[in-house]
Amino acid sequence: MGAEGIGARVARKEDKRFLTGKGRYTDDMVVPGMKYAVFVRSPHAHAKIRSIDASEAEKMPGVIAVLNGQQLLADGIGNLICGWMIHSKDGSPMKMGAWRPLAHETVRYVGDAVAVVIADSVGEARDAADQVVVDYEELPAVTDAVTALQPGQPQLHPEAAGNLIYDWALGTSEADTDAAIAAAAHVTEMKIVNNRLSPNPMEPRAALGIYDSAEDHYTCYTTSQNPHVARLVMSAFYNVAPENKLRVIAPDVGGGFGSKIYIYPEEIVCLWASRRTGVPVKWTSDRTEAFLTDAHGRDHVSTVKMAFDSDNRITALKVDTIANFGAYMSLFSAAVPTYLYATLLSGQYAIPAIHANVRAVYTNTAPVDAYRGAGRPEATYLLERTIETAARELGVSPAELRRKNFIRSFPYQTPVIMNYDAGDYEASLEAAMKQADWAGFATRKAEAEKRGKKRGIGMSCYIEACGIAPSAAVGSLGAGVGLWESAEVRVNAVGTIEVLTGSHSHGQGHETTFAQLVADRFGVPIDNVSIVHGDTDKVQMGMGTYGSRSGAVGMSAIVKALDKVEAKAKKIAAHLMEADESDVVIENGELKVAGTDRSVPWFQVALSAYTAHNLPAGMEPGLKEGAFYDPSNFTFPAGCYICEVEIDPETGKTEIVQFVAADDFGNIINPMIVEGQVHGGIAQGIGQALLEGVHYDPQSGQLLTASYMDYAMPRADDLPSFQVSHQNTPCPNNPLGIKGCGEAGAIGSPPALMNAITDAIGNNDLTMPATPQKVWAAVHATH
Amino acid sequence: MYATNYHRASSVADAVRLKGASEDGKYVSGGMTLIPTMKQRLAAPSDLVDLRHVAEMKGITVSGDTIRIGAGTTHAEVATSAELKAACPALCHLASQIGDPHVRHMGTLGGSIANNDPAADYPSAMLALAATIVTDRREIAADDFFTGLFETALEDGEIIVAVSFARPERAGYSKFPNPASRYAMTGVFVAKAAGGVRVAVTGAGSNGVFRHGGMESALAGNFSPDALAGVTTDPSDMLSDIHGSAEYRANLVNVMARRAVAAAGAV
Ligand SMILES: Cc1cc2nc3c(=O)[nH]c(=O)nc-3n(C[C@H](O)[C@H](O)[C@H](O)COP(=O)(O)OP(=O)(O)OC[C@H]3O[C@@H](n4cnc5c(N)ncnc54)[C@H](O)[C@@H]3O)c2cc1C
Repeated sequence: MGAEGIGARVARKEDKRFLTGKGRYTDDMVVPGMKYAVFVRSPHAHAKIRSIDASEAEKMPGVIAVLNGQQLLADGIGNLICGWMIHSKDGSPMKMGAWRPLAHETVRYVGDAVAVVIADSVGEARDAADQVVVDYEELPAVTDAVTALQPGQPQLHPEAAGNLIYDWALGTSEADTDAAIAAAAHVTEMKIVNNRLSPNPMEPRAALGIYDSAEDHYTCYTTSQNPHVARLVMSAFYNVAPENKLRVIAPDVGGGFGSKIYIYPEEIVCLWASRRTGVPVKWTSDRTEAFLTDAHGRDHVSTVKMAFDSDNRITALKVDTIANFGAYMSLFSAAVPTYLYATLLSGQYAIPAIHANVRAVYTNTAPVDAYRGAGRPEATYLLERTIETAARELGVSPAELRRKNFIRSFPYQTPVIMNYDAGDYEASLEAAMKQADWAGFATRKAEAEKRGKKRGIGMSCYIEACGIAPSAAVGSLGAGVGLWESAEVRVNAVGTIEVLTGSHSHGQGHETTFAQLVADRFGVPIDNVSIVHGDTDKVQMGMGTYGSRSGAVGMSAIVKALDKVEAKAKKIAAHLMEADESDVVIENGELKVAGTDRSVPWFQVALSAYTAHNLPAGMEPGLKEGAFYDPSNFTFPAGCYICEVEIDPETGKTEIVQFVAADDFGNIINPMIVEGQVHGGIAQGIGQALLEGVHYDPQSGQLLTASYMDYAMPRADDLPSFQVSHQNTPCPNNPLGIKGCGEAGAIGSPPALMNAITDAIGNNDLTMPATPQKVWAAVHATH
Repeated sequence: MYATNYHRASSVADAVRLKGASEDGKYVSGGMTLIPTMKQRLAAPSDLVDLRHVAEMKGITVSGDTIRIGAGTTHAEVATSAELKAACPALCHLASQIGDPHVRHMGTLGGSIANNDPAADYPSAMLALAATIVTDRREIAADDFFTGLFETALEDGEIIVAVSFARPERAGYSKFPNPASRYAMTGVFVAKAAGGVRVAVTGAGSNGVFRHGGMESALAGNFSPDALAGVTTDPSDMLSDIHGSAEYRANLVNVMARRAVAAAGAV
């Protein structure tokens, strides 16, 4: 592998600038004449806008303009859209209500933007924003999706009667599934709630819009996970500017977890306001705005029936899910509880009949979209809580029940679209149980009992789909875009290399792993390889980073481009050495004629390509190749997580005493970075299960968790030292055999933790987050 | 944050004068409560009078059985004071549990009790230790000082200069932190002194910090955790919010009290 090649634990190149405070984020960008935007936001969850009076605000010191939604409409700026079309089971298209970047008729959640103030300083803009008088006619609000579906509830959008966006089904027919359930020897039934989360990237969202009237050209610096998609959507749907007149730059971005995939009102408004006012306009979210307006995650309420035959084999699964979409359909929202969720409901198990029904619902809350794992955590939580509960009901060990039902031959076609390509679920289960000393648990539990603690153990066997996604397949399922990736490899005349990628790094370490790929191939030091991303003027086109796709899809595109560069380099080297091209090999930074001592160094080949003094006849000068890679399937990372907890029955406080993760991510480029991803993912999963939860007041629709005083983020001392190991069944469908690792931790951990807590307290009736008060109440209820 | 005028006071008298001369001024000590409030535009003092450089408000002295802590002493100084550790380790423990290192190195005892946040830690210690709050103009018994949620007996412009209390025979503090803010969801300070046993509860009461009469009488005869087994706390006097119901807090009061007694070593 080499010290810096594939499989090496190379320290992250990018960390020097991040750790020394020298990262360059959107808010660090300063351009001459730049002014500041502050948004006027709705204090009501649901109201009609009678009028907006900005006359006082406009007179305030430093104020350049106060702009509103009527002006935005008059200037032809389009609605925000959801880019994935879902059809209900009756064949009708999803019912999407209008989302204006600045509301001009109705506000539908606390934080909905109604006007924007542009001023010389943030302080002056805020002072003026306080003076904008909006006359609201308050309307009743509804915040939870189950209630919103009931008759007589407030209606959010005229397009969506009963607040229902779609009523969608997937899998085996309902009748066949019901029949299998009716014939079962045992049926486990549960109600499963997946709590709503706030994404909380360390860097809040920001946008800087710069309009150049001389060129009629726009530049947008923004906190995006996919700047090219942002440009495409802002151009094609929001009519901000044609693509060739719009440059989108996502510089250093401090975390996203999904929330920075979407195009939000603020970046559109900054670009539009820059043209209207003639000055560059910057907006930076404060933390409260982030809680109010960043797309939230999860928020499902489901019922599930899992049926077993007398031999404890699963014969059918029936799931009914209500998904809260918030006030508007965010960019990928429609896909999350459908093709990213229901398609994973087979888990690691051979289940002959699966029927899933999903209803998507509008409520007076922030929009909900993909958040680390997006649909797969919801599927995994539902399945793994249910099978654990079934094991308890059937009186068999949870490991045995899972083993009995594991899929063991591949490829495996599930009843819910997915075709699993490779895996060895037993291997991860074995590894995890061994590492966790599962067999010694009873002794540890007895010892804890003596200290007055309730000890419990729980597992979760997850599977997820990464490497999104085959373009034709997702197109047939409603995606508005293809999900390939692009790469360009530019070898400079002295042999240093730039790799341009359509993937976007916002914490993942691409500058290191992608460079390792190149180092491995050409034997150049990773310092000689630079990764270029995040700028639509530099990289031609790309689909960005989410769904753990940058390895499986983004790096596969780089591999394709490297193949082309290597082929041309070998041709040049063969010509220089007067050898046959097929005899040329690359070793230690040299191109050699195999089995001889003839060689040319890498830089010599690069130089020859550019001097072009002595190239094979007819060959174009230069050494630069591009490639697009479209995957042929999803990839399927899987693994087994085991969590052990101790509960203080007097306070309900949970301490995680052990957490074991055994993951199969296929081949691994940089184990250290992969472990970092797993650690972060598990921390977020533990956050969901133990601490985090967005709460709205059900009557007023006010956000009760709008700061860290009330929204509990996981801290280092909430977490144990994770024990992480890897199993490997290489992915057969991409050149590197990699599956993706960015979300697994957040997908696999919540059910393991909840299974452990419910095991400890002997009460299965517990929802996430398992706060001390809830656990205490659950302990109490069993006595 | 709105614009404000900053003044650095050199003495208590200077501070009183500066504030008196301001239109709508406020004292600032560590700023750990006041500055975030100003950033959120919930407070907009015309002037800030900084007490951090007033020497007479600093430091910890133990003379005989009397302990005096300057109002400007930071939580970190209280947490790590060797003298105080010998005289009243429970207070060092309490201070070590406040916020994070940044907060502990900025925030002060005086700021904390002047603010009287119903979830702050120090008010419980002041009440249980029967402390005297020394201001620029008088001495106030802790029992009379904390008057309600974010309310104290301080008059306009009055400065807390120090607190003093008698060395307790035994004292203990046990805190159950709010999972989000890590302020006290319930904190109980117990102190046994010549005058008897005092138990003060913070974080849980719907009217702020309070003394628990039932526990005080139970512990008077038998200063042990078991003595509290039968003592109940009325949930109707407790706070209820998304983090903890009144019933849960009432339970925590009992659990934390037992743990505080168990932790209370002889000093
Ligand atoms: C992240 C975070 C976590 C925290 N966690 C905890 C916790 O776990 N437990 C806890 O108890 N507290 C906690 N705090 C609060 C912290 O202890 C504050 O420092 C304290 O409440 C206020 O002290 P200060 O010196 O910063 O006061 P300031 O913020 O400077 O002032 C607070 C108020 O007191 C007034 N004031 C200040 N000094 C005096 C004086 N000498 N005389 C009269 N009035 C005065 C000011 O005018 C102001 O109204 C936390 C704070 C933060 C930011």
